[in-house]
Parts: sequence; C-alpha cells; structure tokens
Amino acid sequence: MNNAKIITTKYVVLTLCYLPFLISIFKTFGFAGGLGANPIETLLHSFGKNGLNLILITLAITPIRRLTKLNFLIRLRRILGLAAFFYILMHATVYVILDRELIWQSIIEDVSTRPYITLGFIALLLLIPLAITSTNNMQRLLKKKWAKLHQLIYLIAILGVIHYFWQVRITTIEPIIYSLILLILLTYRINFYWKRRGRL
Amino acid sequence: MLINRKEKIRSSEITKESIFRDRRNLVKAGISMGIIPSIITNIISTGHGFPNSGQISNISTWQESSDEKLTPYEHVTNYNNFYEFGTGKDDPAKNAHSLKTRPWSITIDGEVEKKGTFDFEDLVDLNALEERIYRFRCVEAWSMVIPWVGFPLKKLIDYLNPNSNAKYVQFFTLNDPNQMPGVRYRSLQWPYREGLTIEEAINPLSFIAVGVYGEVLPNQNGAPIRLVVPWKYGFKSIKSIVRINFTREMPQTTWKTANYREYGFYSNVNPEVSHPRWSQAYERKIGEGLFSAKVPTQLFNGYQEEVSYLYKNLDLKLNY
Repeated sequence: MNNAKIITTKYVVLTLCYLPFLISIFKTFGFAGGLGANPIETLLHSFGKNGLNLILITLAITPIRRLTKLNFLIRLRRILGLAAFFYILMHATVYVILDRELIWQSIIEDVSTRPYITLGFIALLLLIPLAITSTNNMQRLLKKKWAKLHQLIYLIAILGVIHYFWQVRITTIEPIIYSLILLILLTYRINFYWKRRGRL
Repeated sequence: MLINRKEKIRSSEITKESIFRDRRNLVKAGISMGIIPSIITNIISTGHGFPNSGQISNISTWQESSDEKLTPYEHVTNYNNFYEFGTGKDDPAKNAHSLKTRPWSITIDGEVEKKGTFDFEDLVDLNALEERIYRFRCVEAWSMVIPWVGFPLKKLIDYLNPNSNAKYVQFFTLNDPNQMPGVRYRSLQWPYREGLTIEEAINPLSFIAVGVYGEVLPNQNGAPIRLVVPWKYGFKSIKSIVRINFTREMPQTTWKTANYREYGFYSNVNPEVSHPRWSQAYERKIGEGLFSAKVPTQLFNGYQEEVSYLYKNLDLKLNY
C-alpha cells in the first residue's frame, strides 16, 4: 500500500472512530431518536462500550497483521488507541459530572468501596501515561522502555472487561463475548511470546 | 402460530398528559353540558368482558394518589425490566408483542379455600377499578411516577380466602419460551417468582394492576395482570401473573435465588441500605433530562406511614 492510500485509510479510520461520539452528540440534542428515557445511562454505557471496543481492536492489530501480512495496520494503532482513551475519558466525565453530579464524597465512596469502579478507575489512570507517550518523539525518547510501558494495555484491557462484567445485574451473552475475545487475544500473545523465547 | 397482531399505538393516539390529568374535569364539564351521557351509554352497551386493548372505562379515583408529575407514557412503556423479553431496557417494548394475553388463566393453590384455575377476567371486577398514582422505585436507582389502574390485592385475597396456615403469598410469571424469547436462556430462575408476607399482601397499598394511563396494560408492562407494591423495589412488582400460591414458609423469589447478597426477600426501598454495588441513597427520575439532579430516596419509597407497622420488629439492615 502506498503512502497516499495509507493516509486516506487513516482519515477513514479516524472518522469511524469518532462517529459514535458524533451520533451521541446529535442524540443529546434530540436528533436520531434522542438518548431515551435515561440519557445519562445511555451516554455512560455508549462511551464505555466504545472505549472497550477500541481497546480490544488495538490489541487485535498485531495478531491480524501477522496473520494477514497487512503491515500498514500498525500505522492505525495510535489513532485507535487515542480514540479508546478519548471514549474512556468521556465515560469518566459523564460519570463524574452527570451521574455523580460532582459530589466528590460519593465518587470517593464509589471508587473506594465498589470494586468494579475501583478497577475502572485504575484502568483510566493507566491509560493516561500511554496517551501522553503516544507521540513519535516520546517513542524515540523512551526507546525500549516505550514498548515495555505500552504493554500496560494488556492489563488495562483485562481491568476493562472485568469492570464491564462486574456491573451487569445478571450474566448475559455480551460480557461473555468480550471476555472470550480478550482471552483469544491474550492466548495468542502468550503463545507468540513463548515461541519466540524458544527460538532464542 | 401464536402471534398477537395487535397494532402499534401511534403517538398521535396517546393522550397528552395535561389532558389525561384533567380528564375528570373534562368529563364533569361534558356531563354539565349534556354531551357525555350518550357516550357513557354507548360504552355500557358494548357488552361485558375486559377489553383487549385501549381505554378502560369506569375508573374511580383514589384519593391518596401522589400529586407528583407523571413520568411520560412513552418512558413508562419503553423503559422496562422484563427479562423474559430480553435484558435491555428497550427489549420488552420491542419483543413483548409475542405475548398472548387472551385467554389468560391464573392457578390458585396452597393454603387457600378457592383452589383451581380461573380465567383472569373472572378475578377482575370491572366495575370496581380505580386509578392510583404511585411512585415506582427500581433497585437500579431510577424511579417513575405511574398512574396504574386496578384494585387492591386484599380484595382478591379476601375472595380467594386463604386459611390460617397461609403466612406468605407467592406469585409466578408465565414461563413460555414460545412467547418469551428471554426464558430460552437460563439467565434467571424461570418462571420468575416473587412473594410477600400475608400481612404485606393485605396492606391497602398492595395493588393488582390491569391498566396504566387509563388503558389496558401494554404487554411490556406485565399484561394482562400484575402486582404493584410501591414501597418495595420494582422487581417485587411481578408481571404477567399465572399462578398465586399461598404458603406456610417464606417462598423462593427469583432475584434472591440469583444473588441473595444483593436482593433479599423484603427488598423494601431503603436509602440506608446500599446495594453491594451501588448506593440507594438517591434516585434518578426518568424523563427529567440529561442535566436534572438526582433526588433523595425515601424510606419505604415515601410510604412509611402506611407500611412501617409491618416492620416494627424487623432489623431492616439484616432483612433487606
């Protein structure tokens, strides 16, 4: 794939990443059917799920690249990762401002006594250094440490899926699907790691 | 095939809330102007039996109704937990059209005189329906204000005449995978079951609803007959009842079976007792918009005066 095509692909992916957010904004103003009976819940769940989807997609990039030899995919990973951070940040913003109404006492109570919220909070904190170090300069500056640091995404994905699984009232098919996808991605990674170690 | 070809209600057919709230004055005005009497005779002459859909006639007003702003009809009928039709809030409205509500029979058994299977219409006195506006508080920390149509559960219990061994009443929802896509998965214990102590059941607030907003209950709201217990979390108000069982022992209830730490038998609305995963101190009123503030939840959902005697000797923290 030539450079021009890759740049076009980047713009398409960028648009697709932020399309759900734009749709949510339209709905907030009453278009496209609106946000429904419980608009805060709708936004909270929509942003959270989009964030989790994007985290899993970034994790899938390397396996798909190896299997399909589509090397340009690696160049989309930063866009996807930053979009994931954006949605998780929006998820947390809706939670803090609209759901908890900026009542810090209730936020502290939630984060400290409700394990699924604790995990979500840790995942958000861990995403921050990844977003900050996502630039080319940072990548060059940190050299080998950069790859090490960005392996945090595995932990973040695990925390995110548990956070989702833990807050549903009963086990439904969706969190199970998320868990299975994560399991497949992690298995692939561990497998690859062991194979490479064996070769050395 | 059991497909209910009921037509969807167009939004233009739904009574505006302001008109709905003022309808008794409209009727009064109509009577004084001599318009209404002919309409009333028309309704009476159309015959007996509970209507399949649409308006219910002859509803009296309960004096103690809440005077809070009603939750819009579209939210009351589109934002539901009815896991038999799916776990999403909009699933019941999307899927419940497959529920066949006529004929509908209810089995009565246990410690009771009138055992047997009854057509639900034989258990509903069409001439004694009343409208009650109750607060409705879901365990998920949201709430609505809903105008139900029905009659006190006590009336039904008096008619069925339980014996002195009946300490509890257990209710069952229909469990038919052909009509209810949700029960094909064992996500919860089916049939859905709920229960009350007999004292709770004969409390004047315990209500059997057959309608909402002056109309026959839409399927997603638990047609054709459901329970409404306004001082308890919403999941206690069991929908689409097919069996009522009077028992000596505390009966099984579905949510308690699913997770006894999170959902107890009593499940009284109580801001002091948190759900293990979220606080119950505040509630989000449905229909108030994106920037509305939550409101504090009241003990027994604000019905302390009517029900607190039931729990005088009970530790509400242990018996959640």
